[in-house]
Amino acid sequence: MALSNVLELPASGFNFENSARNAVLEDVLGDGKTKTPKPMKTGTTIAGVVYKDGVVLGADTRATSSEVVADKMCAKIHYIAPNIYCCGAGTAADTEKTTDLLSSNLTIFSMNSSRNPRVIMAVSILQDMLFRYHGQIGAFLILGGVDFTGSHLYSVGPYGSVNEVPYLAMGSGDHAAMGILEDGFKPRLELDEAKTLVCSAIHAGIMSDLGSGSNVDLCVITRQGVDYIRPYQESEFKDQRQGRYKYKPGTTPILRENVEPVEVEVMQETVQKMDTA
Amino acid sequence: PPHWSPGTTIMAVEFDGGVVMGADSRTTTGAYIANRVTDKLTPIHERIFCCRSGSAADTQAIADSVTYQLGFHSIELDEPPQVQTAANLFKEMCYRYREELMAGIIVAGWDKRRGGQVYTVPVGGMMTRQPVSVGGSGSTYIYGYVDSNYRTGMSREECLQFTAKALSLAMERDGSSGGVVRLAVISEQGVDRQVILGNQLPRFSAA
Repeated sequence: MALSNVLELPASGFNFENSARNAVLEDVLGDGKTKTPKPMKTGTTIAGVVYKDGVVLGADTRATSSEVVADKMCAKIHYIAPNIYCCGAGTAADTEKTTDLLSSNLTIFSMNSSRNPRVIMAVSILQDMLFRYHGQIGAFLILGGVDFTGSHLYSVGPYGSVNEVPYLAMGSGDHAAMGILEDGFKPRLELDEAKTLVCSAIHAGIMSDLGSGSNVDLCVITRQGVDYIRPYQESEFKDQRQGRYKYKPGTTPILRENVEPVEVEVMQETVQKMDTA
Repeated sequence: PPHWSPGTTIMAVEFDGGVVMGADSRTTTGAYIANRVTDKLTPIHERIFCCRSGSAADTQAIADSVTYQLGFHSIELDEPPQVQTAANLFKEMCYRYREELMAGIIVAGWDKRRGGQVYTVPVGGMMTRQPVSVGGSGSTYIYGYVDSNYRTGMSREECLQFTAKALSLAMERDGSSGGVVRLAVISEQGVDRQVILGNQLPRFSAA
């Protein structure tokens, strides 16, 4: 039994304690009938297009946990750097953490070198990390950004494979979205054409794929800056709330109030000097 | 595991003065074509390229690592590296980690000591020099064509035609190969890259 004031550093590598616990629970609880909940996957449609002045990224906003919609307005376009954003499909936790880690590393680089990171740096860091973990991190990512070498769009797979392409769709709705992109893409599109194209592509995914739904988010990245439009297009199937679920303070009347102080004795006092030089 | 893998056709041919390398452009995840314009001809050094087949992630990682090692070695040497050195670096990595990797690589290029050279490093990590080498899932369909049509002493143009035709035949028959044909000619003068689009590929009458 460890003392509570000893710092326990976590062991390196993946921690599979919960997997062992889940296996025991399944045995004990159900005779094989109870299944532990599956990790939340984003069951997604994400897409990206390089246009005349930059990159347009798009995503739906549904997060599913098996057959239940866990989040109707989840944000799948993640901030990486002021000039780089990343759409994530696959396991929600993995895409979230991976993009966070990448963003932190690139911020440190920016501080050290006083410049905005290049898109190829983000790609290389991701590729290196995902290859090292041999596909255990379920992150299917679309990285888009603009730096002084131009506008770039990359796909990064969970095993660490990278492809640079002018247009791209990923996620469970990628087949539907890709159809729209293959039909409508031309080199050097105008901004409005590009936004309409990406929105239609995501919309196709939302309509044809059960794992995608709700609204369409767009993110436009140019040399001048970023326009994060959330939502760009709202779902036409939004429900109307029938009542108000918030209660005003004072709704429940207070009948009686009784204050009792709790007696506490100081048993042990330790002072640890901290070196703040 | 359903990872991205280029079911591929890759090829390289030596000629007097350099090498011609070619590859198709299809990357598949199962039955879906994840990238129909892949570039499988990867530069390792100024006059040394490699053709990648097998797992996309594995071959990209290996190529990156060899590019670094070769660049470092070249700086220490203070002269352009030999193609044989690059091939050996690939072989070392592919053989040492043969259980974990799935990579079939053809290394080709030009150096001033031995001229144009083609080395093949198939799955398993063997390395050997060949005047003509084919690889990838589509290569099985063109061994006959290559064996019967290759002659020593072909010119640069003849090698280009030969490679383009061989790749087209393989792409016609192999479902995992397709898209466009990417070619690269490496010689003392440098590297000349070409693309042959789908509708410009050589056609063969088959009813």
